[in-house]
Amino acid sequence: MSWRRFLRRSRWDAERRRELESYLDQEIDDNIARGLAPSAARAAAYRKLGNPTRIREEIYDMNTLDWLDSVWRDVRYAVRVLRRSRSFAIVAVLSLMLGVGANTAIFQLIDTLRLRTLPVPHPETLVQVRVDSHGQGRTGSFTSRNPSMTNPLWERLRQEPHGLSSLFAWGPTQFDLATGGESRPVEGLFVSGSFFGALQVRPAAGRLIMDADDRRGCAAPGVVISHRFWQRQFAGDPAAVGRSLTLDGEPLEIIGVSDPRFFGMEVGRSFDVAVPICVEPRLRDRSTLDRGDAWWLTVMGRIAPGTRIEDASARLAPLAPGVFSATLPPRYTSNDAKSYLGFGLMVLPAGTGVSDLRRSYEQPLWLLLLIAGAVLVIACGNLANLMLARASVREREIAVRLAIGASRSRIFRQLLIESLLLSIAGTLLGIWLAGVLSRGLVALIDTPGTTYFVDLALSWRVFAFAAGLAILTGALFGLAPAWRATRAAPGAAMKAGARGATDDRGRVGLRRVLVVGQVALSLVLVMAALLFSGTLRNLVRADAGMRTDGVLVANFDMRRAGIPADRLLDAQQAFIERVSAIPGVAAVSSAGIVPLSGSGWNQTLIVDNEPRKPYPNINSVGPRFFEILQTPLVAGRLFDARDTLGAPRVAIVNEAFARAYYQTPAPLGREFRFDTPPGEPITTYRIVGVVKNTKYSTVRDDFGPIAYLADTQEGRPGSSLSLLVRGDGRLAVAPALTEAARATHPDILVSYQTLDDQIHASLVRERLMATLSGFFGGLAGLLAGVGLYGVMSYLVARRRFEIGLRMALGATRRRVVWMVLRESSWLVGFGLVLGIGLAIATTRASHALLFEVRPADPRLLAASAAGLALVAACASLWPARRASLVDPTRALRND
Amino acid sequence: MPKRGTPPLQEDFLQGTLDVLILRTLVLGPAHGHAIAYAIERSSNDVLQVEHGSLYPALHRLEDRGWIASEWGASENNRRARFYRLMPAGRRQLTQQTTRWEALARAVSRILRPAPGSRGGR
Repeated sequence: MSWRRFLRRSRWDAERRRELESYLDQEIDDNIARGLAPSAARAAAYRKLGNPTRIREEIYDMNTLDWLDSVWRDVRYAVRVLRRSRSFAIVAVLSLMLGVGANTAIFQLIDTLRLRTLPVPHPETLVQVRVDSHGQGRTGSFTSRNPSMTNPLWERLRQEPHGLSSLFAWGPTQFDLATGGESRPVEGLFVSGSFFGALQVRPAAGRLIMDADDRRGCAAPGVVISHRFWQRQFAGDPAAVGRSLTLDGEPLEIIGVSDPRFFGMEVGRSFDVAVPICVEPRLRDRSTLDRGDAWWLTVMGRIAPGTRIEDASARLAPLAPGVFSATLPPRYTSNDAKSYLGFGLMVLPAGTGVSDLRRSYEQPLWLLLLIAGAVLVIACGNLANLMLARASVREREIAVRLAIGASRSRIFRQLLIESLLLSIAGTLLGIWLAGVLSRGLVALIDTPGTTYFVDLALSWRVFAFAAGLAILTGALFGLAPAWRATRAAPGAAMKAGARGATDDRGRVGLRRVLVVGQVALSLVLVMAALLFSGTLRNLVRADAGMRTDGVLVANFDMRRAGIPADRLLDAQQAFIERVSAIPGVAAVSSAGIVPLSGSGWNQTLIVDNEPRKPYPNINSVGPRFFEILQTPLVAGRLFDARDTLGAPRVAIVNEAFARAYYQTPAPLGREFRFDTPPGEPITTYRIVGVVKNTKYSTVRDDFGPIAYLADTQEGRPGSSLSLLVRGDGRLAVAPALTEAARATHPDILVSYQTLDDQIHASLVRERLMATLSGFFGGLAGLLAGVGLYGVMSYLVARRRFEIGLRMALGATRRRVVWMVLRESSWLVGFGLVLGIGLAIATTRASHALLFEVRPADPRLLAASAAGLALVAACASLWPARRASLVDPTRALRND
Repeated sequence: MPKRGTPPLQEDFLQGTLDVLILRTLVLGPAHGHAIAYAIERSSNDVLQVEHGSLYPALHRLEDRGWIASEWGASENNRRARFYRLMPAGRRQLTQQTTRWEALARAVSRILRPAPGSRGGR
C-alpha cells in the first residue's frame, strides 16, 4: 500500500494504456511482416496480448487503496444525495454551525484562561510561593490583583536556602503617562531583577531588566516596554530604546522591549511597561518597600526539572518561622503578630500563571459550556428526527440496495458518512463562527476601567475539542437512524411501498424518546436562564440604601502637584469649594472609600475596652456625603463646620452598627475606638448621628455595620482625592472639573466615572450569565418546539387513515384536535416532569453565582414549565389542526 | 470489483518465475515490453507459454520496487516504445533469486532423481 502510488494512479493508467498500444502496434507490424492481412494481423496481436482493459485494471488495482477508494465513493455519493435535498442539508449545517460555534467559542475562552500555559520556556517548572495563613487572615493593606507577599518577605525569602532553581517577584500596578490634566494610565509591572532571566524571556530590542538593575535605591533605573506598547506608542521604532518615558511624572530611560509573545504573568491582562521594584519609592509617595503589612507582590520561581512540587514545598516549609519572625511588622497589634508568626510557606504549581479573570470567570464559563452543550444536544435531537424522516422516505431505495446484495454494514457506513459529512461541514463553519463569538464574549466582559487582554489564538486543544464535537454530533444524530434504516427487512419494505407500513412501533418510539429528552433538557436551560436573569434583576434592583443616579465619581491625583503634606488638607478643602462653585454642580463631597466600588477599609473595633466582632467597615467622608447619596439621617446630626481638626473626634454610624454593638437604635453620645498598635496615640470617637443602612463595597453585600469619620478631622489626607459630585447630566460637568483642577495646579491628574457606570461595570459577570443563559434557554425552548412540531406532524401524517376512519364513523373535528393534543401533552408532560427532576438535581451547581434566588425555587420551576408548555401547545396546534382537516373520503380512498 | 483474496500458490509461483525471467532478460541490455515477451518465449524454448499481457503487471510491480526503470524511446522499426533497464537493486535481486532457484532446482531434482549413493549413506 503506498500513498504515492495511490495518488498517481490515473497518470500511471494513461502511461500503461499507451504502452499497451505500442505493444499492439509492434506486434501488428511484425504480423504484417510475417504476411498476414492487416485485419488478421490485428486480431492475432490482440490474441497474443490478452484483454488490454483487464490488464490495465489489474495494474490499477495494484495501485489502489481498497478501503479508501470505497469510502471516497461513499463520500461522493453522500455529497450527491445531500445536494439533492439541499434545504435539509442547509438546515442541518446551519444548526450545527451555531451549536458547535457557541461551544467552541466558550471552550476557547476556557482554554485561554484555564488550560493554556504561559508562553515562556518550560512553563511546567514554574511555581508560586505563597503564604499559608492557616485560615487566620492576613492584616494590612492589599493593593494589587494578587497580593500574596510583602516586599520585606520577598527580600528575606530570596536570601534563604529556598531550594528553588530561581526565584522572582512582581507586582502589577498602573502608571500615568500624563504629567497633568486628564490621566493616561498604562498597565505597569514592578519586577525583581531576576524576573525576565528566570522566565527566560528574550528581548525584542535592547536588553531586559537584570539583577544589577534592581538594587535598593537604584540610581539610574531603566524601563522595559512590552512589544505591544512599543508598536502602539512608538510604531516599533528601534530608536525608542534609549529614549525617556515619563511614568507618574518620573522620566525613566527605555532600556529594551520584551518578546512579542510575552504578555506578563497574568492571563487576561497584559503589561505595557515594567520597572525594577527598587524604583517604587520614587514613583509612590508612601513607599511600601519596608512595610511588612503592605501585601502587593507575587513571588514565583522555578523548580529544577524532575523535582516534585511536594518536595519543594517540604524544603521551604521549615524556613517559615525564621522568615516571618524576621519580617514582623512593628505596627501589628499583639493579636495580628501572633497569627503572623504562625504563618507557613507553600509552593503551588504556576505554569498557567495567575489570573483574576480566571478566578471570576472560570466557573461561569464551565457552566456556560454545559448549557451550550445541552443546546447542541437538543439541536442534534432535531437532526436525528430529520434523519429518521429521511430514512423512512428512502426506505425503498435502501430495501432495493439490500435486495441486490449490498451488505448492511456497507449501507450503514454510507448513511453514517452522510451525517458525518454534515457534522464536519457544520464544525468547520462553527470554528469560524467561534472566532467571532469568542471575541464578542471578551468584548462583553470588558469594562471601561479594565481592558482585558485575551490571546485567542487557536490551540490544538480547541481543534481537538471541535473535532470531538463533530464526531460526537455526527454519531449522535446519525447512528440511531442509520441503524434503524438498515435493520428493515427488504422484502417487507418493498412490498409496503409508498404507504410506509413498515413503520413499526420502534421508530415512532425513538422519536417520542427524542422529544421527551429535548423537552426535559430545555426545561433545565430555561430554568437556568430564569435563575441568572433573576440574579441580575435582584442585583440591579437591590436597595443599596442610596441614590446612585446623577452622581459622578471624580479622582484627582495630586502627587505631582508638590503640595507639602501639612498643607494638603487645606488645599483639598479649598479645591472642594472651588468645585462646588461650578455651575451645574449641586453638591460635592470627598469620600475616602467610594461606595460600591469594591474597595474597603476595616479595623478591629473596641467598645467599652472590649474588642468586638465583626469588624465594622469604615469610611471617612465630607459633610455633604449623605446629602449626595440621599441617605436619610435617623437620629442626631450630620458632619458640619464644627468638626474641625482640633475639635473632639466625632463619628456617624449606620443602624446596623448601632444594633450590632450597642443594641439600641440611637446610641448618640456613646464612644468607641479602634485597636491601635502599642505606642501609638489612642483616638476616641463620639457618635453624633445615626443614618440608614447602606451597602458598602458591592451591591451583593448585606447591610453591615459602618462607621463614618469626618475627613475634615483626619490629620494626614492621602495625595489622591475622590469626590462624589451630584450635578445635572452624567458627565456634563466633567470638563469644568478638569479645568478647576488645572487652575489649582497644572500637575493634578483627573479621571471620572459615573457611580452608575461603576456599579454597572461591577455586574458584568452577572449580565454575561443572564444574557447568554437567556439566549441559550430561549434557543433550547425554540428547538424543542420545532422538534415537537416535527414529531406531531409525522404522527398525524402516519395516522391519516385512522383519523379519516374515525371521522367517517362520526368523530367531530374537535375530538380529532383533542386526540392529537392529548398525545402531545403526554409527551411534553413526561418531558417536563423529567426536566424538573433534572433541574433540581443540577441547578445547585450554580449556587455561588446566584443572588437572592434559590436554585430549586418552585415558582421559577413552575414558570419555566409553564413557558415550555405554552411553546409546546403552539408547536402541536398546527399538526392538530391539519389532522382535523383530513377529508375522510380522500383519506380512505387513498389507501 | 472482484474480491481479492490470497492468490493460489501456483499463481504466486508463476509470478516469481516471471519476475526472475524479466530481470534475466534485462541483464543483456534495455528492452521494451514486446521484445521482453518474445525473448522470454524464445529462451524458455516455448516451455513457458504466457499471455504477453500478463507481462505488464509484472513490469509495473518490478518498477514500483525500484528493480527496473523505464523511459520512452524509439524501437528498432522506429515506433515509440517504453524501454526498461535493470537497476542495481534489480541486479542484486537477480543474483539472490538465481541462487535460490538453483538451490531449489537441485533439491527438486535430488528428490525426483536421487543420486545412487545417497540413500544408504546416512
